[in-house]
Amino acid sequence: MLIPCPLCGPRDLREFTPKGAAVTVDRPAADAAPEVWHDYLHLRDNPAGPSRELWWHGVGCGAWLVVDRDTVTHEVTSVVLAGEVAAE
Amino acid sequence: MRYSALQILKQGLSGNRGWGRAWRKPEPKPDYDVIVIGGGGHGLATAYYLAAEHGITNVAVLEKGYLGGGNVGRNTTIVRANYGLPGNSEFYSHSLKLWEGMEQALNYNVMHSQRGIINLFHSDGQRDAAARRGNAMRNQGDDAILLDRDACREMLPYLDYEQSRFPIHGGLYHPRGGTARHDAVAWGLARGADRLGVDLLENCEVTGIDIEGGAVTGVQTTRGAIRARKVAIVVAGRSSQVAAMAGMRLPIESHVLQAFVTEGLKPVIDHVVTYGMGHFYISQSDKGGLVFGGDLDFYPSYAARGNLPMVEHVMEAGMTLMPMIGRARLLRSWGGIMDMSPDGSPIIDTTHIDGLFLNCGWCYGGFKAVPGSGHCMAHLIATGRPHVAAAKFRLDRFETGVGLMDEEGTGAQHNLH
Repeated sequence: MLIPCPLCGPRDLREFTPKGAAVTVDRPAADAAPEVWHDYLHLRDNPAGPSRELWWHGVGCGAWLVVDRDTVTHEVTSVVLAGEVAAE
Repeated sequence: MRYSALQILKQGLSGNRGWGRAWRKPEPKPDYDVIVIGGGGHGLATAYYLAAEHGITNVAVLEKGYLGGGNVGRNTTIVRANYGLPGNSEFYSHSLKLWEGMEQALNYNVMHSQRGIINLFHSDGQRDAAARRGNAMRNQGDDAILLDRDACREMLPYLDYEQSRFPIHGGLYHPRGGTARHDAVAWGLARGADRLGVDLLENCEVTGIDIEGGAVTGVQTTRGAIRARKVAIVVAGRSSQVAAMAGMRLPIESHVLQAFVTEGLKPVIDHVVTYGMGHFYISQSDKGGLVFGGDLDFYPSYAARGNLPMVEHVMEAGMTLMPMIGRARLLRSWGGIMDMSPDGSPIIDTTHIDGLFLNCGWCYGGFKAVPGSGHCMAHLIATGRPHVAAAKFRLDRFETGVGLMDEEGTGAQHNLH
Protein backbone atom coordinates (compact mmCIF):
# COMPACT_ATOMS: atom_id res chain seq x y z
CA MET A 1 0.00 0.00 0.00
CA LEU A 2 1.43 3.38 -1.05
CA ILE A 3 0.16 6.57 0.54
CA PRO A 4 0.72 9.80 -1.40
CA CYS A 5 1.90 12.25 1.26
CA PRO A 6 1.10 15.83 0.18
CA LEU A 7 4.59 16.90 1.27
CA CYS A 8 6.71 13.87 0.29
CA GLY A 9 4.90 12.17 -2.58
CA PRO A 10 3.93 8.47 -2.72
CA ARG A 11 5.61 6.62 0.14
CA ASP A 12 5.59 3.06 1.46
CA LEU A 13 3.16 1.93 4.17
CA ARG A 14 6.13 1.28 6.50
CA GLU A 15 6.65 5.03 6.96
CA PHE A 16 3.16 5.61 8.36
CA THR A 17 1.32 4.90 11.61
CA PRO A 18 -2.47 4.59 11.34
CA LYS A 19 -4.63 6.13 14.08
CA GLY A 20 -8.03 4.89 13.00
CA ALA A 21 -11.07 6.98 12.18
CA ALA A 22 -10.36 10.68 11.69
CA VAL A 23 -12.55 11.70 14.62
CA THR A 24 -9.72 13.48 16.39
CA VAL A 25 -9.75 16.34 13.89
CA ASP A 26 -13.07 17.30 15.44
CA ARG A 27 -12.35 17.03 19.16
CA PRO A 28 -15.21 17.91 21.56
CA ALA A 29 -14.86 20.86 23.91
CA ALA A 30 -13.42 20.09 27.35
CA ASP A 31 -16.78 20.77 28.99
CA ALA A 32 -18.83 18.75 26.48
CA ALA A 33 -21.32 16.23 27.89
CA PRO A 34 -19.98 12.79 28.94
CA GLU A 35 -22.03 11.14 26.14
CA VAL A 36 -20.27 13.32 23.59
CA TRP A 37 -16.86 12.27 24.92
CA HIS A 38 -17.91 8.60 25.00
CA ASP A 39 -18.99 8.91 21.41
CA TYR A 40 -15.72 10.56 20.44
CA LEU A 41 -13.46 8.16 22.31
CA HIS A 42 -15.13 4.82 21.73
CA LEU A 43 -17.96 4.65 19.20
CA ARG A 44 -17.04 4.25 15.55
CA ASP A 45 -18.89 4.06 12.22
CA ASN A 46 -16.34 1.40 11.20
CA PRO A 47 -17.41 1.48 7.55
CA ALA A 48 -16.82 -1.38 5.10
CA GLY A 49 -15.97 0.79 2.09
CA PRO A 50 -14.93 4.47 1.91
CA SER A 51 -13.42 5.56 5.21
CA ARG A 52 -11.82 8.76 6.52
CA GLU A 53 -8.78 8.04 8.67
CA LEU A 54 -5.93 9.73 10.47
CA TRP A 55 -2.37 8.64 9.64
CA TRP A 56 0.97 9.93 10.90
CA HIS A 57 3.91 10.13 8.52
CA GLY A 58 6.33 9.42 11.37
CA VAL A 59 9.25 8.04 9.35
CA GLY A 60 8.86 10.82 6.80
CA CYS A 61 7.96 14.46 7.28
CA GLY A 62 6.13 13.89 10.57
CA ALA A 63 2.86 15.35 9.26
CA TRP A 64 -0.55 14.19 10.45
CA LEU A 65 -2.68 13.29 7.45
CA VAL A 66 -6.37 12.77 6.80
CA VAL A 67 -6.54 9.83 4.41
CA ASP A 68 -9.65 8.82 2.46
CA ARG A 69 -9.26 5.11 1.92
CA ASP A 70 -11.47 2.17 1.01
CA THR A 71 -11.36 -0.45 3.78
CA VAL A 72 -12.43 -3.22 1.39
CA THR A 73 -10.02 -2.58 -1.50
CA HIS A 74 -7.30 -0.60 0.39
CA GLU A 75 -7.47 2.03 -2.38
CA VAL A 76 -6.34 5.48 -1.23
CA THR A 77 -8.43 8.19 -2.88
CA SER A 78 -7.31 11.40 -1.16
CA VAL A 79 -4.68 12.58 1.31
CA VAL A 80 -4.64 16.04 2.88
CA LEU A 81 -2.79 17.57 5.81
CA ALA A 82 -4.78 17.21 9.04
CA GLY A 83 -4.03 20.85 9.85
CA GLU A 84 -5.81 21.97 6.71
CA VAL A 85 -8.85 19.81 7.51
CA ALA A 86 -8.99 21.10 11.07
CA ALA A 87 -8.78 24.70 9.86
CA GLU A 88 -11.84 24.28 7.62
CA MET B 1 -25.75 -41.13 12.28
CA ARG B 2 -23.53 -41.58 15.31
CA TYR B 3 -19.83 -41.47 14.45
CA SER B 4 -17.69 -44.24 15.92
CA ALA B 5 -14.80 -46.56 15.10
CA LEU B 6 -17.34 -49.28 14.36
CA GLN B 7 -19.14 -46.95 11.93
CA ILE B 8 -15.87 -46.26 10.08
CA LEU B 9 -15.30 -50.00 9.73
CA LYS B 10 -18.89 -50.61 8.61
CA GLN B 11 -18.85 -47.77 6.07
CA GLY B 12 -15.40 -48.75 4.86
CA LEU B 13 -16.56 -52.26 4.10
CA SER B 14 -19.53 -50.92 2.11
CA GLY B 15 -17.46 -48.54 -0.04
CA ASN B 16 -18.10 -45.43 2.08
CA ARG B 17 -21.42 -44.88 0.26
CA GLY B 18 -23.51 -44.68 3.42
CA TRP B 19 -22.24 -41.44 4.97
CA GLY B 20 -25.13 -38.99 5.00
CA ARG B 21 -25.05 -35.20 5.14
CA ALA B 22 -23.77 -33.88 8.46
CA TRP B 23 -26.62 -31.36 8.63
CA ARG B 24 -29.88 -30.59 6.81
CA LYS B 25 -30.44 -27.75 4.34
CA PRO B 26 -33.85 -26.51 5.52
CA GLU B 27 -36.00 -23.74 4.05
CA PRO B 28 -36.55 -20.76 6.38
CA LYS B 29 -39.66 -21.00 8.55
CA PRO B 30 -41.74 -17.80 8.96
CA ASP B 31 -40.84 -17.50 12.63
CA TYR B 32 -38.49 -18.82 15.28
CA ASP B 33 -38.03 -18.40 19.03
CA VAL B 34 -34.47 -17.20 18.52
CA ILE B 35 -32.55 -16.02 15.47
CA VAL B 36 -28.77 -16.11 15.64
CA ILE B 37 -27.19 -13.87 12.98
CA GLY B 38 -23.84 -15.35 12.00
CA GLY B 39 -22.91 -18.96 11.24
CA GLY B 40 -19.35 -18.86 12.51
CA GLY B 41 -17.93 -20.58 15.55
CA HIS B 42 -19.60 -18.32 18.10
CA GLY B 43 -22.99 -18.28 16.34
CA LEU B 44 -23.08 -22.04 15.89
CA ALA B 45 -21.98 -22.57 19.51
CA THR B 46 -24.72 -20.18 20.68
CA ALA B 47 -27.36 -22.15 18.77
CA TYR B 48 -25.95 -25.48 19.95
CA TYR B 49 -25.99 -24.51 23.63
CA LEU B 50 -29.46 -22.92 23.33
CA ALA B 51 -30.71 -26.32 22.23
CA ALA B 52 -28.49 -28.55 24.34
CA GLU B 53 -28.53 -26.64 27.65
CA HIS B 54 -31.79 -24.71 27.57
CA GLY B 55 -34.07 -26.88 25.42
CA ILE B 56 -34.70 -24.00 23.00
CA THR B 57 -34.66 -25.78 19.66
CA ASN B 58 -36.84 -23.52 17.51
CA VAL B 59 -33.73 -21.60 16.51
CA ALA B 60 -32.34 -20.41 13.17
CA VAL B 61 -28.72 -19.56 12.42
CA LEU B 62 -28.51 -17.10 9.51
CA GLU B 63 -25.26 -17.14 7.57
CA LYS B 64 -24.66 -14.86 4.58
CA GLY B 65 -22.10 -17.24 3.04
CA TYR B 66 -21.39 -20.79 4.03
CA LEU B 67 -21.04 -22.15 7.56
CA GLY B 68 -17.61 -21.61 9.05
CA GLY B 69 -16.43 -19.48 6.12
CA GLY B 70 -15.28 -16.58 8.28
CA ASN B 71 -12.81 -16.27 11.11
CA VAL B 72 -13.45 -19.76 12.51
CA GLY B 73 -11.78 -21.09 9.37
CA ARG B 74 -9.12 -18.36 9.17
CA ASN B 75 -7.28 -18.44 12.51
CA THR B 76 -4.16 -20.06 13.96
CA THR B 77 -6.26 -22.61 15.90
CA ILE B 78 -4.83 -21.89 19.36
CA VAL B 79 -6.88 -22.85 22.45
CA ARG B 80 -5.72 -21.54 25.85
CA ALA B 81 -6.77 -20.12 29.20
CA ASN B 82 -3.82 -17.93 30.20
CA TYR B 83 -5.43 -14.56 30.87
CA GLY B 84 -4.56 -12.56 33.95
CA LEU B 85 -7.38 -10.11 34.64
CA PRO B 86 -10.61 -10.87 36.52
CA GLY B 87 -13.37 -11.06 33.93
CA ASN B 88 -11.20 -12.59 31.25
CA SER B 89 -9.61 -15.14 33.57
CA GLU B 90 -12.80 -16.91 34.67
CA PHE B 91 -14.27 -16.75 31.18
CA TYR B 92 -11.39 -18.40 29.33
CA SER B 93 -11.07 -20.94 32.13
CA HIS B 94 -14.75 -21.78 31.61
CA SER B 95 -14.22 -21.99 27.86
CA LEU B 96 -11.22 -24.33 28.14
CA LYS B 97 -13.25 -26.72 30.31
CA LEU B 98 -15.95 -26.78 27.64
CA TRP B 99 -13.26 -27.51 25.01
CA GLU B 100 -12.14 -30.48 27.06
CA GLY B 101 -15.61 -32.04 26.88
CA MET B 102 -16.54 -30.84 23.40
CA GLU B 103 -15.65 -33.90 21.34
CA GLN B 104 -17.64 -36.25 23.56
CA ALA B 105 -20.58 -33.86 23.74
CA LEU B 106 -20.68 -33.36 19.96
CA ASN B 107 -19.69 -36.90 18.96
CA TYR B 108 -17.24 -35.18 16.61
CA ASN B 109 -13.47 -35.27 16.40
CA VAL B 110 -12.33 -31.64 16.51
CA MET B 111 -8.73 -32.83 16.96
CA HIS B 112 -8.37 -30.86 20.18
CA SER B 113 -4.72 -31.34 21.06
CA GLN B 114 -3.54 -30.13 24.48
CA ARG B 115 0.08 -30.03 23.46
CA GLY B 116 0.98 -27.14 25.75
CA ILE B 117 1.74 -23.48 25.14
CA ILE B 118 5.01 -21.81 26.06
CA ASN B 119 5.12 -18.01 26.22
CA LEU B 120 8.81 -17.13 26.13
CA PHE B 121 10.32 -14.26 28.09
CA HIS B 122 13.55 -12.42 27.40
CA SER B 123 14.27 -10.14 30.35
CA ASP B 124 13.92 -9.99 34.14
CA GLY B 125 10.91 -7.72 33.78
CA GLN B 126 9.20 -10.13 31.44
CA ARG B 127 9.97 -13.00 33.83
CA ASP B 128 8.23 -11.12 36.66
CA ALA B 129 5.23 -10.45 34.41
CA ALA B 130 5.11 -14.12 33.40
CA ALA B 131 5.29 -15.25 37.04
CA ARG B 132 2.46 -12.89 37.94
CA ARG B 133 0.33 -14.11 35.05
CA GLY B 134 1.10 -17.72 35.97
CA ASN B 135 -0.03 -17.08 39.54
CA ALA B 136 -3.24 -15.49 38.28
CA MET B 137 -3.87 -18.56 36.11
CA ARG B 138 -3.26 -20.91 39.08
CA ASN B 139 -5.52 -18.81 41.29
CA GLN B 140 -8.21 -19.31 38.68
CA GLY B 141 -7.65 -23.09 38.94
CA ASP B 142 -5.84 -23.47 35.65
CA ASP B 143 -2.31 -24.71 35.11
CA ALA B 144 0.89 -22.71 34.70
CA ILE B 145 4.53 -23.64 35.18
CA LEU B 146 7.39 -21.16 35.11
CA LEU B 147 10.25 -22.65 33.09
CA ASP B 148 13.83 -21.48 33.42
CA ARG B 149 16.19 -21.38 30.49
CA ASP B 150 17.45 -24.97 30.98
CA ALA B 151 13.91 -26.35 31.12
CA CYS B 152 13.13 -24.43 27.91
CA ARG B 153 16.23 -25.86 26.25
CA GLU B 154 15.05 -29.34 27.20
CA MET B 155 11.60 -28.84 25.67
CA LEU B 156 12.45 -26.49 22.80
CA PRO B 157 16.01 -27.34 21.72
CA TYR B 158 15.62 -25.62 18.36
CA LEU B 159 15.35 -22.02 19.60
CA ASP B 160 18.24 -19.57 19.26
CA TYR B 161 19.17 -19.16 22.94
CA GLU B 162 22.47 -17.39 22.33
CA GLN B 163 21.23 -14.38 20.40
CA SER B 164 22.71 -11.30 21.99
CA ARG B 165 19.80 -8.93 21.41
CA PHE B 166 16.90 -10.90 22.90
CA PRO B 167 18.32 -13.89 24.83
CA ILE B 168 15.72 -16.38 26.02
CA HIS B 169 15.45 -16.36 29.83
CA GLY B 170 12.65 -18.90 30.10
CA GLY B 171 8.97 -19.38 29.45
CA LEU B 172 5.53 -19.67 31.03
CA TYR B 173 4.25 -23.15 30.26
CA HIS B 174 0.49 -23.77 30.08
CA PRO B 175 0.20 -27.54 29.63
CA ARG B 176 -3.57 -27.62 28.99
CA GLY B 177 -3.28 -25.12 26.16
CA GLY B 178 -2.94 -26.34 22.60
CA THR B 179 -4.72 -26.36 19.28
CA ALA B 180 -7.86 -27.71 17.60
CA ARG B 181 -8.80 -28.35 14.00
CA HIS B 182 -10.66 -25.10 13.33
CA ASP B 183 -12.97 -26.20 10.49
CA ALA B 184 -13.95 -29.31 12.42
CA VAL B 185 -15.08 -27.11 15.31
CA ALA B 186 -17.51 -25.30 13.01
CA TRP B 187 -18.68 -28.55 11.41
CA GLY B 188 -19.04 -30.37 14.73
CA LEU B 189 -21.07 -27.56 16.28
CA ALA B 190 -23.20 -27.25 13.13
CA ARG B 191 -23.95 -30.96 13.16
CA GLY B 192 -24.59 -30.90 16.90
CA ALA B 193 -27.02 -27.98 16.62
CA ASP B 194 -28.76 -29.47 13.58
CA ARG B 195 -29.32 -32.79 15.32
CA LEU B 196 -31.10 -30.95 18.13
CA GLY B 197 -33.45 -29.27 15.62
CA VAL B 198 -31.72 -25.96 14.90
CA ASP B 199 -32.20 -24.69 11.30
CA LEU B 200 -28.91 -23.67 9.72
CA LEU B 201 -29.74 -21.26 6.88
CA GLU B 202 -26.80 -20.61 4.58
CA ASN B 203 -26.68 -17.95 1.83
CA CYS B 204 -29.10 -16.00 3.99
CA GLU B 205 -27.83 -12.47 4.49
CA VAL B 206 -29.58 -10.21 6.95
CA THR B 207 -30.51 -6.91 5.31
CA GLY B 208 -32.56 -5.34 8.07
CA ILE B 209 -33.61 -5.75 11.69
CA ASP B 210 -37.28 -5.13 12.46
CA ILE B 211 -37.95 -3.16 15.64
CA GLU B 212 -41.37 -2.11 16.91
CA GLY B 213 -41.91 -0.07 20.07
CA GLY B 214 -38.35 -0.64 21.26
CA ALA B 215 -38.51 -4.40 20.84
CA VAL B 216 -37.13 -6.60 18.11
CA THR B 217 -39.73 -8.47 16.02
CA GLY B 218 -37.64 -10.17 13.37
CA VAL B 219 -35.20 -9.68 10.52
CA GLN B 220 -35.28 -9.05 6.78
CA THR B 221 -33.03 -11.38 4.79
CA THR B 222 -32.12 -12.23 1.22
CA ARG B 223 -34.35 -15.29 1.72
CA GLY B 224 -37.34 -13.29 2.95
CA ALA B 225 -38.57 -11.88 6.25
CA ILE B 226 -38.25 -14.05 9.36
CA ARG B 227 -39.94 -13.23 12.67
CA ALA B 228 -38.46 -13.79 16.10
CA ARG B 229 -38.77 -12.14 19.52
CA LYS B 230 -35.12 -12.70 20.25
CA VAL B 231 -32.29 -11.90 17.82
CA ALA B 232 -28.58 -12.33 18.55
CA ILE B 233 -25.88 -10.51 16.59
CA VAL B 234 -22.82 -12.78 16.49
CA VAL B 235 -20.98 -11.55 13.42
CA ALA B 236 -17.43 -10.69 14.53
CA GLY B 237 -15.80 -8.33 12.01
CA ARG B 238 -19.16 -7.29 10.54
CA SER B 239 -20.67 -6.29 13.90
CA SER B 240 -20.77 -2.58 13.07
CA GLN B 241 -22.73 -3.15 9.84
CA VAL B 242 -25.34 -5.44 11.41
CA ALA B 243 -25.71 -3.30 14.55
CA ALA B 244 -26.23 -0.25 12.31
CA MET B 245 -29.39 -1.99 11.01
CA ALA B 246 -30.71 -1.60 14.55
CA GLY B 247 -29.55 2.02 14.69
CA MET B 248 -26.59 1.26 16.96
CA ARG B 249 -22.99 2.49 16.78
CA LEU B 250 -20.54 0.14 18.47
CA PRO B 251 -17.19 0.61 20.17
CA ILE B 252 -15.62 -1.57 17.48
CA GLU B 253 -13.08 -1.10 14.71
CA SER B 254 -12.49 -3.93 12.22
CA HIS B 255 -8.86 -4.72 11.48
CA VAL B 256 -6.95 -7.28 9.46
CA LEU B 257 -4.82 -9.95 11.13
CA GLN B 258 -2.66 -12.14 8.92
CA ALA B 259 -1.68 -15.78 9.34
CA PHE B 260 0.63 -18.07 7.42
CA VAL B 261 1.26 -21.75 6.78
CA THR B 262 4.24 -23.56 5.29
CA GLU B 263 4.40 -26.74 3.28
CA GLY B 264 3.93 -29.93 5.31
CA LEU B 265 7.01 -31.02 7.24
CA LYS B 266 7.86 -33.92 9.53
CA PRO B 267 7.01 -33.29 13.21
CA VAL B 268 9.42 -30.65 14.49
CA ILE B 269 7.48 -28.23 16.73
CA ASP B 270 5.65 -30.12 19.47
CA HIS B 271 4.00 -27.20 21.29
CA VAL B 272 2.56 -23.77 20.65
CA VAL B 273 5.43 -21.30 21.10
CA THR B 274 5.14 -17.53 21.36
CA TYR B 275 7.98 -15.03 21.09
CA GLY B 276 8.17 -12.35 23.77
CA MET B 277 10.13 -9.76 21.82
CA GLY B 278 8.35 -9.73 18.50
CA HIS B 279 4.80 -10.57 17.61
CA PHE B 280 5.12 -14.19 16.52
CA TYR B 281 3.43 -17.44 17.54
CA ILE B 282 3.73 -20.84 15.94
CA SER B 283 2.48 -24.40 16.08
CA GLN B 284 2.59 -27.34 13.71
CA SER B 285 -0.66 -28.67 12.30
CA ASP B 286 -1.41 -32.38 12.28
CA LYS B 287 -0.87 -32.25 8.53
CA GLY B 288 2.66 -30.97 9.14
CA GLY B 289 2.35 -27.34 8.08
CA LEU B 290 3.92 -24.74 10.35
CA VAL B 291 1.04 -22.41 11.23
CA PHE B 292 2.07 -18.99 12.48
CA GLY B 293 0.89 -15.45 12.84
CA GLY B 294 1.84 -12.04 14.08
CA ASP B 295 0.28 -8.73 14.91
CA LEU B 296 -2.48 -6.69 13.29
CA ASP B 297 -1.61 -4.59 10.27
CA PHE B 298 -3.09 -1.83 12.48
CA TYR B 299 -5.26 -0.05 9.92
CA PRO B 300 -9.02 -0.68 9.64
CA SER B 301 -9.72 -3.24 6.92
CA TYR B 302 -12.38 -5.58 5.61
CA ALA B 303 -10.17 -6.90 2.81
CA ALA B 304 -9.42 -10.25 4.52
CA ARG B 305 -5.85 -9.84 3.27
CA GLY B 306 -2.96 -7.79 4.59
CA ASN B 307 0.10 -5.94 3.37
CA LEU B 308 3.74 -6.91 3.02
CA PRO B 309 5.34 -4.92 5.88
CA MET B 310 3.62 -7.13 8.45
CA VAL B 311 4.53 -10.25 6.45
CA GLU B 312 8.15 -9.10 6.63
CA HIS B 313 7.92 -8.39 10.37
CA VAL B 314 6.47 -11.81 11.15
CA MET B 315 9.10 -13.61 9.07
CA GLU B 316 11.90 -11.61 10.72
CA ALA B 317 10.56 -12.40 14.19
CA GLY B 318 10.31 -16.09 13.32
CA MET B 319 13.85 -16.19 11.94
CA THR B 320 15.20 -14.42 15.04
CA LEU B 321 13.56 -16.93 17.35
CA MET B 322 14.02 -20.19 15.45
CA PRO B 323 16.41 -19.84 12.51
CA MET B 324 15.70 -23.43 11.44
CA ILE B 325 12.38 -22.45 9.88
CA GLY B 326 14.19 -20.37 7.25
CA ARG B 327 14.35 -23.42 4.99
CA ALA B 328 10.61 -24.04 5.10
CA ARG B 329 8.66 -22.73 2.13
CA LEU B 330 5.61 -20.61 2.76
CA LEU B 331 2.52 -22.12 1.22
CA ARG B 332 -0.27 -19.64 1.91
CA SER B 333 -1.10 -16.50 3.82
CA TRP B 334 -4.49 -15.01 4.55
CA GLY B 335 -6.22 -12.42 6.68
CA GLY B 336 -9.24 -12.36 8.97
CA ILE B 337 -11.46 -9.43 9.94
CA MET B 338 -11.02 -8.75 13.65
CA ASP B 339 -13.67 -6.92 15.68
CA MET B 340 -11.35 -4.82 17.85
CA SER B 341 -12.81 -3.32 21.03
CA PRO B 342 -11.15 -0.37 22.79
CA ASP B 343 -9.83 -2.42 25.75
CA GLY B 344 -9.08 -5.61 23.82
CA SER B 345 -11.78 -7.61 25.64
CA PRO B 346 -15.11 -8.87 24.30
CA ILE B 347 -18.76 -7.90 24.72
CA ILE B 348 -21.59 -10.34 25.54
CA ASP B 349 -24.58 -8.28 26.54
CA THR B 350 -28.15 -7.18 26.03
CA THR B 351 -28.83 -3.90 24.20
CA HIS B 352 -31.23 -1.02 24.72
CA ILE B 353 -33.58 -2.82 22.30
CA ASP B 354 -35.69 -5.57 23.92
CA GLY B 355 -34.80 -8.99 22.59
CA LEU B 356 -31.66 -7.86 20.76
CA PHE B 357 -28.45 -9.41 22.06
CA LEU B 358 -24.88 -8.55 21.14
CA ASN B 359 -21.76 -10.74 21.01
CA CYS B 360 -18.64 -9.06 19.58
CA GLY B 361 -15.27 -7.50 20.32
CA TRP B 362 -13.29 -10.73 20.27
CA CYS B 363 -10.32 -8.93 18.79
CA TYR B 364 -7.71 -11.47 17.65
CA GLY B 365 -8.65 -14.08 20.26
CA GLY B 366 -12.04 -15.43 19.29
CA PHE B 367 -11.22 -19.02 18.42
CA LYS B 368 -10.39 -20.28 21.90
CA ALA B 369 -13.53 -18.55 23.14
CA VAL B 370 -15.90 -20.42 20.78
CA PRO B 371 -17.56 -22.80 23.29
CA GLY B 372 -17.40 -20.34 26.21
CA SER B 373 -18.89 -17.53 24.14
CA GLY B 374 -21.67 -19.73 22.80
CA HIS B 375 -22.41 -21.16 26.23
CA CYS B 376 -22.59 -17.74 27.93
CA MET B 377 -24.49 -16.15 25.03
CA ALA B 378 -27.08 -18.94 25.10
CA HIS B 379 -27.44 -18.45 28.86
CA LEU B 380 -28.02 -14.72 28.39
CA ILE B 381 -30.59 -15.26 25.63
CA ALA B 382 -32.45 -18.03 27.48
CA THR B 383 -32.52 -16.52 30.98
CA GLY B 384 -32.09 -12.79 30.33
CA ARG B 385 -29.25 -12.75 32.86
CA PRO B 386 -25.51 -12.86 32.13
CA HIS B 387 -23.66 -16.09 32.82
CA VAL B 388 -21.37 -15.70 35.83
CA ALA B 389 -18.29 -16.42 33.69
CA ALA B 390 -19.11 -13.61 31.24
CA ALA B 391 -20.79 -11.09 33.53
CA LYS B 392 -18.01 -8.52 33.09
CA PHE B 393 -18.26 -8.42 29.27
CA ARG B 394 -20.58 -5.42 29.42
CA LEU B 395 -21.29 -3.11 26.52
CA ASP B 396 -21.51 -0.05 28.77
CA ARG B 397 -18.07 -0.40 30.38
CA PHE B 398 -16.52 2.08 27.97
CA GLU B 399 -19.14 4.70 28.76
CA THR B 400 -18.98 4.22 32.53
CA GLY B 401 -15.28 3.41 32.75
CA VAL B 402 -16.16 0.68 35.26
CA GLY B 403 -14.74 -2.79 34.71
CA LEU B 404 -12.48 -2.15 31.74
CA MET B 405 -10.35 -5.20 30.99
CA ASP B 406 -7.18 -3.92 29.39
CA GLU B 407 -5.13 -7.12 29.46
CA GLU B 408 -2.13 -5.53 27.75
CA GLY B 409 -2.12 -2.45 29.97
CA THR B 410 -1.91 -0.09 27.00
CA GLY B 411 -5.09 1.91 27.60
CA ALA B 412 -8.75 1.41 26.80
CA GLN B 413 -8.78 3.22 23.47
CA HIS B 414 -8.89 2.20 19.85
CA ASN B 415 -5.66 1.51 17.95
CA LEU B 416 -3.72 0.51 21.06
CA HIS B 417 -4.22 -3.27 20.98
